Amino acid sequence: MDFLRPSTWEEALAAKAAHPEAVPIAGGTDVMVELNFDRRRPPALLDLTRVAALTEWGGDGDLLRVGAGVPYRRIIEELGGRLPGLAMAARTVGSPQIRNRGTVGGNLGSASPAGDAHPPLLAAGAEIELASVRGVRRVPVDEFFTGPKRSVLAPDELIAAFWMRPARTGDQFAKIGTRNAMVIAVCSFALTLDRERRTVGTGIGSAAPTPVRAPAAEAFLAASLDWDSPGAVPPAVAAEFGRLVAAAAAPIDDVRGTAAYRRHALSVLARRTLTWAWEGSR
Amino acid sequence: MTTVDVSVLDGVGTSPRRPDGTLKVRGEFAFSSDLWHEDMLWGATLRSPYPHAEIRGIDLTAALALPGVYAILTYQDVPGAKRYGLEIADQPVLAMDEVRYQGEPVAIVAADHPETARRAAGHIAVDYLELPPVTDPEEGDLLRRVPVRTGDPHPTADVVVTGEYQVGMQDQAFLGPESGLAVPAEDGGVDLYVATQWLHVDRKQVAACLGLPEEKVRLSLAGVGGAFGAREDLSMQVHASLLALHTRKPVKMVYGREESFYGHVHRHPATLRYEHGATRDGDLVYVRARIVLDGGAYASSSTAVAANAATLGIGPYEVPNVDMVADVYYTNNPPCGAMRGFGAVQACFGYESQMDKLAAALGMSPVELRIRNALTTGSRMPTGQVVEGPAPVASLLARVRSRPAPPPSTPDLRELPGGVSNTTHGEGVVRGVGYAIGIKNVGFSEGFDDYSTARVRLELVGGEPAALVHTAAAEVGQGLVTVQAQIARTELGVERVTVATADTSVGSAGSSSASRQTYVTGGAVRAACQAVRATLLSRVAGATDVVGGKLVNAAGVVVADLAEAIGDEPVEETVEWRHRPTYPIDPKTGQGDAHVQYAFAAHRATVDVDVELGLVKVVEIATAQDVGKAVNPLAVVGQIHGGTAQGLGLALMEEIQIVDGVVRNPSFTDYLIPTILDMPPMSVDVLELADPHSPYGLRGVGEPPTISSTPAIVAAVRAATGKALARVPIRPEHITT
Ligand SMILES: Cc1cc2nc3c(=O)[nH]c(=O)nc-3n(C[C@H](O)[C@H](O)[C@H](O)COP(=O)(O)OP(=O)(O)OC[C@H]3O[C@@H](n4cnc5c(N)ncnc54)[C@H](O)[C@@H]3O)c2cc1C
Repeated sequence: MDFLRPSTWEEALAAKAAHPEAVPIAGGTDVMVELNFDRRRPPALLDLTRVAALTEWGGDGDLLRVGAGVPYRRIIEELGGRLPGLAMAARTVGSPQIRNRGTVGGNLGSASPAGDAHPPLLAAGAEIELASVRGVRRVPVDEFFTGPKRSVLAPDELIAAFWMRPARTGDQFAKIGTRNAMVIAVCSFALTLDRERRTVGTGIGSAAPTPVRAPAAEAFLAASLDWDSPGAVPPAVAAEFGRLVAAAAAPIDDVRGTAAYRRHALSVLARRTLTWAWEGSR
Repeated sequence: MTTVDVSVLDGVGTSPRRPDGTLKVRGEFAFSSDLWHEDMLWGATLRSPYPHAEIRGIDLTAALALPGVYAILTYQDVPGAKRYGLEIADQPVLAMDEVRYQGEPVAIVAADHPETARRAAGHIAVDYLELPPVTDPEEGDLLRRVPVRTGDPHPTADVVVTGEYQVGMQDQAFLGPESGLAVPAEDGGVDLYVATQWLHVDRKQVAACLGLPEEKVRLSLAGVGGAFGAREDLSMQVHASLLALHTRKPVKMVYGREESFYGHVHRHPATLRYEHGATRDGDLVYVRARIVLDGGAYASSSTAVAANAATLGIGPYEVPNVDMVADVYYTNNPPCGAMRGFGAVQACFGYESQMDKLAAALGMSPVELRIRNALTTGSRMPTGQVVEGPAPVASLLARVRSRPAPPPSTPDLRELPGGVSNTTHGEGVVRGVGYAIGIKNVGFSEGFDDYSTARVRLELVGGEPAALVHTAAAEVGQGLVTVQAQIARTELGVERVTVATADTSVGSAGSSSASRQTYVTGGAVRAACQAVRATLLSRVAGATDVVGGKLVNAAGVVVADLAEAIGDEPVEETVEWRHRPTYPIDPKTGQGDAHVQYAFAAHRATVDVDVELGLVKVVEIATAQDVGKAVNPLAVVGQIHGGTAQGLGLALMEEIQIVDGVVRNPSFTDYLIPTILDMPPMSVDVLELADPHSPYGLRGVGEPPTISSTPAIVAAVRAATGKALARVPIRPEHITT
């Protein structure tokens, strides 16, 4: 197995163009598991950890650009105030060791329906920046996933960064697992309430072949919330929102849980996160 | 005789540090998977993908053609017995005409690289004809039926409760996978370095399969990464030895994590049907019970597990009329065998669930009902065996009940169900409290010749007395590593004690299971030390005792120094030591004094349940356990914490999920064991009520904590949710639907 070690982004893109079969490795917390379990035997690994540009983040007007290689720990510590929903999700990933190494770029690269970074990216309407020697494109995250563990990433492309609007208002993330830490989501839910723009964003994890939004729930809530009111969300609105979120999911029965439980739990999480986000955004 | 009590540094009753503790924490301890030998080959195992199939042919051609492959062996290459087993030799070394469970070994490969060995295994072409698997034990062949019957066969009672309960298949989930190194010897035999629980029973089976006399098969214990019963049966022992003898090269085998799930037996899944009858005042009148255990494809230790379930199956209670039958069946599910608690775990979930149900029917407090019916010294078990020595069932319950209640949870997410996953800020959270108590036999039962051998040598090293303790007892993490030295220090008054590596150059120590090693090997070490003392005393005229490193006469006057008495003649004694005999039980009535010692622990669990999402946070566990004598108090508490955690796992998350004989979650991604955020703070109350028959009065410690923690937690979740919860592990959907 070849081990390619570019030290700049340009070298990385050139290497990926020259070796499209090379598997990028960032934190390695998915790649090494696949190798150890003998699920994958790539001819080459493309180590991205020397590419400093991938681990940077910064602002660009209204939007933040976060490098694909920023590990979860830094997202929690450095971006917790600006991207609270993503930071909450990051806090639930694995263990401290995994959060030290694992990256959002890797989460996107794996494109697992259970990836915890995905729902907050969906809820926030993030864009994924993909690059190759051919050029750079920005893909809305809800167009990024094409199936279980599949995405629009082309063989010669790398994930450079994601772009996200800092939260001014209520962001929430909640994840169901059958133990209290170090657990893959049975299902998860992210919510963004933007009072200024009066928009609602949602993201559902582990309850469909890909991470998905709940557009009908978003539209319903945006129309039903009394955005100017400081009062609580009417219970009937919260309940209907929960129902619509659950309806947007397409879960299955598997070792981690049943489809019926996932739907039920999503409706509960949707109701609860709505209450917290609405209060948090006041 | 002068009996001056000399407390020895790091002797019995103190808590010397484990010599391997720091190494393990720093990642420097050499486990069996770290073994290395110049020139060694790597073994790999080809396993059946099917739970049941006929093997119509095996074609090795493509696999043998791979460069780097030294040998590929099938059942035809097994020179001795083709089958082995702890109780019944029914398990093929390598499958013959049929595979009976998914993961059954079919062929083994030796190659110069582990990757090559695995790839070669993948190139072996096996022609299988799939057969329908038997997966429901009640449709399988009966392996053993254990009835226990006493009293009136047709009793009646004022209040009757019935229930059916289920226990899923738990895994021991040790962290060090099956591994070892076999080195071919000059004499045609083999030296095997392996992580196991019982070197001599391994040797007996390995030698039989290799067709070698036992003395040509020499085993040494390699670093064990946990056991919990899963290393009682053979895994790679015969395979690595076969490959080593065949290639004349050392062969190392290490199972991968997923393979490990197929490489050892699991806890028997059980269906338990109970009927309890009581007077209106809450006196138990009768218990009728039918326990069905799924033994899986091969016998392993199933017959003994069934006996435990039956003989301990009504719990630590006085019941005049008992009609109990425990059955264990063969199926095409993974083989089940020993796991911490051994049959007593499953039964306890059944009888303790029933005691709560009965308490509710009577309008009594669950603890009151238990205390009212608690067995005590002199009580008769349903087997007719009289409980001797302390049996503080009632006081253990009273103790956990009287512990202060834990404070309400704070808004810190880590204290709430779901933890940092942020599923609740208090919504839907209900607190519940539950109690349970369990009973376990210590040591091997039913007339088994349960002994241990210890060799103790006392000599001068650099002019100072030093003792060497040598046994074949396996340190599997339980703490025997300090216990043997502590006993030698106390008995000989010598501070310098070395414990030799466990191997088969000394006699059998029996198994590191059944909570028995401190009792039995501890007893053997003590007896060997006493023999050493006797020899020393015989060397010095007038000497009657060894006190504080001096030999004294009857008047207590020092007559010689220990060093003088040893001189240039080291004293070495080897002793075989047995606990009191046990007896078989009557096959029709279950009557008989089957067990040597009973052990008890009680738990109180406090939980917070998110009743809307079905998520549970165990808030606190209080436990009380009688250990007779805490030989190493810190290690005792460690065992109680660890055992309780394993019971928590069974209550809330641990299950090997099997569909049609196929394991669906063979990884730690989906076989979940408790993390530090799942284990709550514990209050541990250790009682030391001496057993008159055991060394130092001690009582086995390792298993009782695992037994009652599960039903206590389930009882607490029931209290919070009002749900019946008749199955463990509880899954969120059991609570929400
Ligand atoms: C013990 C454990 C616990 C875990 N718990 C969780 C959890 O709770 N939640 C969760 O979501 N995940 C979890 N994971 C999975 C994993 O940690 C995450 O998916 C993580 O985000 C992967 O990031 P990484 O940098 O380690 O990716 P890597 O393993 O390096 O890569 C993952 C994939 O992304 C590709 N890739 C990486 N970077 C790029 C790039 N810049 N451009 C293109 N492709 C790229 C790789 O080729 C690979 O296909 C866990 C893993 C382990 C081992």
